[in-house]
Amino acid sequence: MTVFLARRLVQAVLILLGVAAITFLLLYYLPADPAVLIAGRSATPQMVAAIRHELGLDQPLVMQFLHYVGSLLHGDLGRSYTQKTEVLPLILARLPATLLLMAAGIVVEVALGLTFGIISAVWRGGFVDRSIMMLSFVGVSSPQFVVALLLLYVFAATLGWFPMSGFGTARHVVLPALTLGVLGAGWYARMVRSAMIEVLRQDYVRTAHAKGLSGRRVVLSHALPNALLPIIAMVGIDIGQFMSGVVVVEAVYGWPGIGQLAWQAIQQVDVPIIMGVTLVSALAIVLGNLLADFVAPFVDPRIRSQ
Amino acid sequence: MRVLRELIRRPSALFGLIVVAIVLLAALFAPWIVHFSPDNQLTDGLSLEGAPLPPSGEHLFGTDTLGRDLFSRVLFGARTSLIIGLVANGVAVAIGLLVGLLAGYLRGTVGNLLMRFTDLMMAFPALLLAIALAALLKPSLWIVAMVIALVNWVQVARIVYTETRGLVERDFIVAERSLGAGNGRIIFLHILPHLMPTAIVWGTLGIATTVLLEATLSFLGIGVQPPQPSWGNIIFESQSYFQDAPWLVFIPGAIILATALSFNLIGDALRDILDPTQRGRL
Repeated sequence: MTVFLARRLVQAVLILLGVAAITFLLLYYLPADPAVLIAGRSATPQMVAAIRHELGLDQPLVMQFLHYVGSLLHGDLGRSYTQKTEVLPLILARLPATLLLMAAGIVVEVALGLTFGIISAVWRGGFVDRSIMMLSFVGVSSPQFVVALLLLYVFAATLGWFPMSGFGTARHVVLPALTLGVLGAGWYARMVRSAMIEVLRQDYVRTAHAKGLSGRRVVLSHALPNALLPIIAMVGIDIGQFMSGVVVVEAVYGWPGIGQLAWQAIQQVDVPIIMGVTLVSALAIVLGNLLADFVAPFVDPRIRSQ
Repeated sequence: MRVLRELIRRPSALFGLIVVAIVLLAALFAPWIVHFSPDNQLTDGLSLEGAPLPPSGEHLFGTDTLGRDLFSRVLFGARTSLIIGLVANGVAVAIGLLVGLLAGYLRGTVGNLLMRFTDLMMAFPALLLAIALAALLKPSLWIVAMVIALVNWVQVARIVYTETRGLVERDFIVAERSLGAGNGRIIFLHILPHLMPTAIVWGTLGIATTVLLEATLSFLGIGVQPPQPSWGNIIFESQSYFQDAPWLVFIPGAIILATALSFNLIGDALRDILDPTQRGRL
C-alpha cells in the first residue's frame, strides 16, 4: 500500500514536469510572437529585438526551459509580459474565488448525482429510473455556456432572484455553482446508479433485508458505502473537467477567478500567465487524483489489505 | 443491418437517429431550404428601432442583430459544426486507436512510454489547452478541428489499450502467432476487427463531445470566425442581447443540446448492442 502510494507520488511529480515541458514547447513554437505584440504596431525591428532580449526570448529553447524549471523549483512562475508583475501572486490572488466556485460546484454535483443515482438504482427499470437517466443524458449533453445564459435569463433577468454577475455575497455563488454542477451531475447519477445496482445484487444486502431492516437503512447504511468508491475516484478525475468549465463559467458570470485571468492572458499572448495557470490546473488535477488514491483505503478496507 | 434494426427498436435511440437525420439533411440541403443567404444583412431584417426581429412566418427563427436570417445561419452553421464534429472526432479516434493498440500490443518500454504519455495528456486541463492553442494559432475551421482532435484522443487510447491487452492474451492470438503470423497480420487481421465495436461506440459518443467543444470554443470567440456561421459563434455574436432577443441564444443552444443528446443516445444504445458486457454501465 505504502509502496503504491509512494510510486503514485513520484509519478505525479514526473507528470507535472511533463506538462511544464509540453506547454513550454507548444507556447514557444507558436507563431504569435509576444515581443511583437508588446511592442505594438508602430515598433521598429530594433525595438522588438530589444524586448525579445529583455524577456529572454532570444536565448536557445533549452536554456529558456532550464531557466524556467529552475525558477519553478523556487516557486517562481516568471513575470507577466503585460502586467509587469510576478505571475504567482497574480494567480494566488485569483485562486480563492475559483476554489470557492469549484467547491460549490462539486457540492451541487455530488448532491444531485447521489440523490438521483440512488433513486434510479432502487427503482431501476421503472418510469422514474428511465426519466432520471434521460435527464442525466440531457445534463451531460448541455453546452455549459447555454446553461449559464439560461439560468441568467430565468433567475436573474426575469425573476430577479439572483444578481446578473459579480462576486461577494452568497447569492452570487448560486447560479455559477449550479451551472458547473448540473453538467457533471448527469455523469454522477449514472455512475452512482450502476455502482449501486452492482452492490444491491449482493448477498449481504439480501441478508440485511432478510433480518428485517427497513429499506432505507439497507440502501443508505449498508449498500451505499460500498458504492462510494467509484464516486471518489470520479471526484479526482472531475477536477480536470472543472478547471475547464471554470473558464466558461467565469467568463459568463464575470467571476474574478483564474479562469478569467487565463482568458485575458490568452487574448494578450501573455505566455507566463498561460503557463502558470496551466501548471496550477495540472497540479490541481494531479492532486485530485492523488487525493482519491489516498482516501480510497480509508473508505474501502479491501484496498488497505492489498 | 441487425444493429440498425436493434437501434430502431429502442425509443431513445430512435429519437436520436431521427434528430441526427434531420440535422444531417438540413446541413446537406441548406442552400435549397433557406430563402435568405446566411450572410445577407436584410434591409427589412431589423425593426424600425434597429432591434432584431422575433421568430415569425417570414423568418422562422427571427433575425440576428445585423438583420440576418437566423434560420439560414443555423442551417449553414450545422455544416460547420458537423464537419468539425466528424473530422475532429475521426482523427481523435484514429490517433486513440493507433496509440492504444501499439501500447497494448507492444507493451515493454515502448508501450509503457506511450501510456505514460497518455497519462500526461490526461493531466492537461483539456479546454484550457484547446483554448490556448486555438487562440494562439489564428483559428480557422481546420485548426479548430485539429485542436479538438489533439485534446480528445486520450480517452479512446486508454480504452483501446485495456482491450488490446486483454485480446493479446487470448488463445486465438497465441495460436495465430505459433502458426507463424507476423505482427502486422495479427494486428490488422485479428486484433483490429475486435476493436471495431469500441471504435464505433466511442466514435459516436465522441461526436457529442466534439460538437460541444467546438461550440464552446466558438462561443469564447476563438473557434470558427464570423461571418462563417457555426452554432457556437452565432451565440457568441449575440450573447449580450440575450435579455432582449432570447431566441438568438436559446434556439441555437437548444439545437446544440438536441444534437449532442442524440449522438449520446445513439452511442449509448450502440454500446448496449455491440458490447453486452458493458450493458447497464456508464
